[in-house]
Amino acid sequence: MVEIRTHGRGGQGAVVASKILADAAFRVGKYAQSFPQFGVERRGAPVVAFTRIAESEEELPVRSNIYEPDHIVVLDPTLLSIPDTFAGLKEGGWVIVNTPELPENLDIPAKFRVATVDASEIAVKYGLGSKAQPIVNTAILGAFSRVLENVIPLSAILNSIPEEVPVKPDANQKACEEAYNMTRIRK
Amino acid sequence: MSIKKVLTGNHAVSYGAMASRVQVISAYPITPQTQVVELLSELVADGKLDAIFVNVESEHSAMSACISASAAGARAFTATSAQGLALMHEMLHWAAGARLPIVLADINRAMAPPWTIWTDQNDSLSQRDTGWMQIYVESNQEAFDSIILAYKVAEQVFLPCMVVLDAFVLSHTSEPIEIHDQEKIDEYLPPYRPMVTIEPGKPIGYGALAAPDTYMEFRYKMQRAMENAVEIFEKEGKLFGDMFGHSYDLVEPYMMDDAEYVIITVGAVTSTARVAIQELRKKGEKAGLLKFRVLRPFPFEKLRELLSGRKKVAVIDRNISFGHHGIFYQEVKSALYPLSNRPPVFGYIAGLGGRDITVSDVVDIYEDMKKRETLEEIIWKGVKL
Repeated sequence: MVEIRTHGRGGQGAVVASKILADAAFRVGKYAQSFPQFGVERRGAPVVAFTRIAESEEELPVRSNIYEPDHIVVLDPTLLSIPDTFAGLKEGGWVIVNTPELPENLDIPAKFRVATVDASEIAVKYGLGSKAQPIVNTAILGAFSRVLENVIPLSAILNSIPEEVPVKPDANQKACEEAYNMTRIRK
Repeated sequence: MSIKKVLTGNHAVSYGAMASRVQVISAYPITPQTQVVELLSELVADGKLDAIFVNVESEHSAMSACISASAAGARAFTATSAQGLALMHEMLHWAAGARLPIVLADINRAMAPPWTIWTDQNDSLSQRDTGWMQIYVESNQEAFDSIILAYKVAEQVFLPCMVVLDAFVLSHTSEPIEIHDQEKIDEYLPPYRPMVTIEPGKPIGYGALAAPDTYMEFRYKMQRAMENAVEIFEKEGKLFGDMFGHSYDLVEPYMMDDAEYVIITVGAVTSTARVAIQELRKKGEKAGLLKFRVLRPFPFEKLRELLSGRKKVAVIDRNISFGHHGIFYQEVKSALYPLSNRPPVFGYIAGLGGRDITVSDVVDIYEDMKKRETLEEIIWKGVKL
């Protein structure tokens, strides 16, 4: 089983990102579960969402939060300074961050693997959200499938986007693909 | 043809109502139930569901509209949570007393104050004695299936039925579910055939005055209907399995054959407890799990049969009856009282107001129960003191 925690801020689309991951995993024959750590959602407040992906239904019955994720997806780079973001992350786990920075420039411990992409810029380019408040969820998932293709291939994510994001599905798919190509991996 | 889809628990409920071909929906939105009625109102507006959606100004009115619709012979549906269910309370009695097979989905949300939107069972359990049947579900698939099953049973015993699922843990969790073939659902659940209906031009009185010489018989008949519902739940749960591949019972054992120590759970925490039981089994423990699915009607016989002779039993309650104990704990204890070889039963209060219950919490509860020598009736798990 692979457990993923997505960190974002209200309005960035973290909850929908986790749903797309679950839907996409299901499309490639896996069993998946996604859920938000639901607060009273407010724009700008930290939001956490969880995804569990398993090879079969039998592996997946747990219904508690994820405390020791295999990987984390971070939609807002300012969340990197909050200790909760890295809490329980397993050694060797991917930290997939939306930032204009190169992964080498981020202060992330060497025991983790790091990938970055400027999902905000890509989202703005494709008219997703506003310039001040871009919706980056579909773009960051391009980076996700780039480094975790074995968990969910890009094609499955692209197929899930129209299901979970009925507004501007084409632009969202393009943003996702572009992010996939632009992803930078820490050496 | 059946379809598999990733859906939230809330949307599983909406599709369950649609698959049951509900004819009248009346509801008032409340977090975390909102998505249930949002989707249903869309399905009605788009012409995908041939039903009337009645917008109302409160939950009390929503239930009143369902009562009228059901009395007129329609299959009626509503959904709510917490304070919304509490506001329905008067009309819940009315629906049951008038013997109307309405189905209601309650998304278990803890009662305020303090203000909260997260899960526990005090909202639905506060309605325990209204004469409604109550099903507590573990997964989104079970939520979908149970709406259909609820109508099937309710329309045979003429009592309303509540399908209860955990806020967020199920309502906002997306997971794959199978939406069964509609033709087969129609075969399983034929149209509602009421005994009596109110019709314009043919006036009859409903719920008229019953003096002391008749009232008690109405209550006796309600109780008999509930008692009969046990067998109907069993029969219809089995038939559901024959037709759709997953059968349902009122209480469901997991790894119970040789279990000496048993944990009883209700709702979504059952899934987490299954993993805990697997872990305990790997360590050589004779651990078993009993999922309590239907609280009303109460499955006395099955419960006694499954628990008699076990060494110890722990009940995990996501609720509390202030000044007494956890409510499922009370119910289990009282059911076991006539048994000569009844096991000691320990009551654990956990997860109130949505506090997470993890695999290790359930393992802890198991180990705590096992080592206790004196009977404790209220043990708090995870409370910060």
